[in-house]
Amino acid sequence: MSSIVQLEGVNKHFGKNHVVKDLNLSVEEGEFLTLLGSSGCGKTTTLRMIAGFEEPTSGSILVEGQAVEEKEPFERNVNTVFQSYALFPHKTIYDNIAYGLKMKKVPKTEIAQRVKEIMALVQLTGFEERYPSQLSGGQKQRVAIARALINRPRVLLLDEPLGALDLKLRKQMQLELKRLQRKLNITFIYVTHDQEEALTMSDRIAVMHDGILDQLGTPEEIYEQPQTKFVATFIGETNIFEGNIKELAMGRIAVRIENGVIRGCGYGFSRNEYITVSVRPEKMRFSPVPVKGFQLEAQVKDYVYVGSVVKCIAVLQNGMEIKMDRLAGEELPEPGSIIHPWWDEKDAVLLHNPENQVLKMIDSMPLI
Amino acid sequence: MEKTKKHSRHSFRSNTLPAVVMTGPMTLLLVLLVAVPLIYVGVMSFCSIDEYYNVVFRFTTANYARLASTDYLKIYGQSLLIAFVTTIICILVGYPFSWLIARTKSKYKKILYMLVIVPFWTNSLIRVYGWRTFLGTNGWLNTALQFLHLTDGPLDFLYNRGTTILGMVYCLLPFMILPLYTSIEKLDQGLLESSADLGAKRAATFFEVVLPLTSGGIFSGSIMIFIPCLGYFFISDILGGGNSDVIGNLIERQFQSGNNWPLGAALSIVLIVITLILVKLYQRMGGSMESLGV
Repeated sequence: MSSIVQLEGVNKHFGKNHVVKDLNLSVEEGEFLTLLGSSGCGKTTTLRMIAGFEEPTSGSILVEGQAVEEKEPFERNVNTVFQSYALFPHKTIYDNIAYGLKMKKVPKTEIAQRVKEIMALVQLTGFEERYPSQLSGGQKQRVAIARALINRPRVLLLDEPLGALDLKLRKQMQLELKRLQRKLNITFIYVTHDQEEALTMSDRIAVMHDGILDQLGTPEEIYEQPQTKFVATFIGETNIFEGNIKELAMGRIAVRIENGVIRGCGYGFSRNEYITVSVRPEKMRFSPVPVKGFQLEAQVKDYVYVGSVVKCIAVLQNGMEIKMDRLAGEELPEPGSIIHPWWDEKDAVLLHNPENQVLKMIDSMPLI
Repeated sequence: MEKTKKHSRHSFRSNTLPAVVMTGPMTLLLVLLVAVPLIYVGVMSFCSIDEYYNVVFRFTTANYARLASTDYLKIYGQSLLIAFVTTIICILVGYPFSWLIARTKSKYKKILYMLVIVPFWTNSLIRVYGWRTFLGTNGWLNTALQFLHLTDGPLDFLYNRGTTILGMVYCLLPFMILPLYTSIEKLDQGLLESSADLGAKRAATFFEVVLPLTSGGIFSGSIMIFIPCLGYFFISDILGGGNSDVIGNLIERQFQSGNNWPLGAALSIVLIVITLILVKLYQRMGGSMESLGV
């Protein structure tokens, strides 16, 4: 596989706002790449720069090996599915979908043939003569996708295309989009703030935070081995502990936290380093008696039943809440009882904590 | 007890007042100021005059017969032509300007908008006289041209069809800009982006997307310009000097110097009929009366 879209040192300023900061990203041909992040993280701006609606302040964007940052949107071999769909209200569904081909002066008979094919592909046959205002949200969505796909772009850009749909339809469309992408073998660059959507659909996820690409990896990597605290907390639920390393031997690490001692595995850490430990709720276990190596005590506060699992919420001595998933039907201690949380050392993710390290150094400096 | 309470609450509500109290004053106003004068004009258009130019109530259709003569038809044609050219110029000038004030992100947006509105607050008669002063043989323009030695003597700018149209465009342009501004402002930027994204160059986007979606503004602007053009006699009087009469001039003349009120009334009816036909056409093409501010 070769890279089809490449961003090299891309920066974007809006006035004083530095929205995208030195972004380097290489998108492989035929992959489903998701730009994930909360609103204002620069993901939509990045997409708009690839589409040609925004010009990068510095850096270069290559599509199929050619620099495109100077090119107009209509000169690029990429198409966009907009969040608001942006269907032409005065044109029928047929004319909306045929628009791109008409602009390329494709013969009428070929247009008719291709529109027919693509409408069948997105299951819209029979809607040719309707107007956008006569369609439901999900149908408009399909038109927007068909209108982009009919041009056979090398890359399809999707800007939160499912944002306006209800949950059930969104789930259905997620699978359908994935199916289309596999079938047509087109590179998808997908923007969303919904981490579940990103995990479901993507081959790779690029997590963006505050204009910076925090981590790029497969959904498994992003979920299981987050590299920053932001990625750990943004993707899925997690419990975050912070403290100094007490002992370390052969990659096995004990960390002293405010209310006790916890354990994890990792290399490249040093004694006394101030680190962050992230443990997913489904990895958390607890026992009525203290567990060897761990010094952690919590009081069960509440249970929340969410179908397949029961979420147990417990409070540490310092008031911090921790979340633990238990299978529904399992026997559970009464709320109010004292438990001792623990986990398999390998299930904890240990993260360096640059900012806190600096703060810690300042704290420990003698006052002059 | 319960019943009386309900009743007393009801009696404060306006909908228990007789309908005539609510709608009466407005109806009276409309009848006195619109219906009665209109009927008066209608009746008068079938009256005749005696040898001293007094209106006498003797039924005749001669007024209308006179209006079908070639001299009159020529003026109707000229009036329609002036209105048509004025409307076209207003579209061509108004569209780019409306686009500018609707789409600019500059802080001067409000000032640009005010540039359109402020002249409204000055009497149009005074502004048209201003143009005559500016364009006259001793006017500023001629003085400036001679000062710069671009011309040897004063040029005759005034008193032709062109200056009449200039005056009409000048007075009526805001009526094109305001509805256009509204429809351009409503245009979704995303549609322009998706058009470009699908491979349309700027001109194609304009004709395929922008123009169809702002045609409502063009329509309502056109109707608001075309109709007054037929009646704005003072502009063709002051700037056209009798060389470019519109229907309004004919009416004015019959009531003033011509002293033939029934004929003037008949002309007024013709103007009203032309207006109604135009409005009907406008509605037939899908124009909404609301966007005319009616």
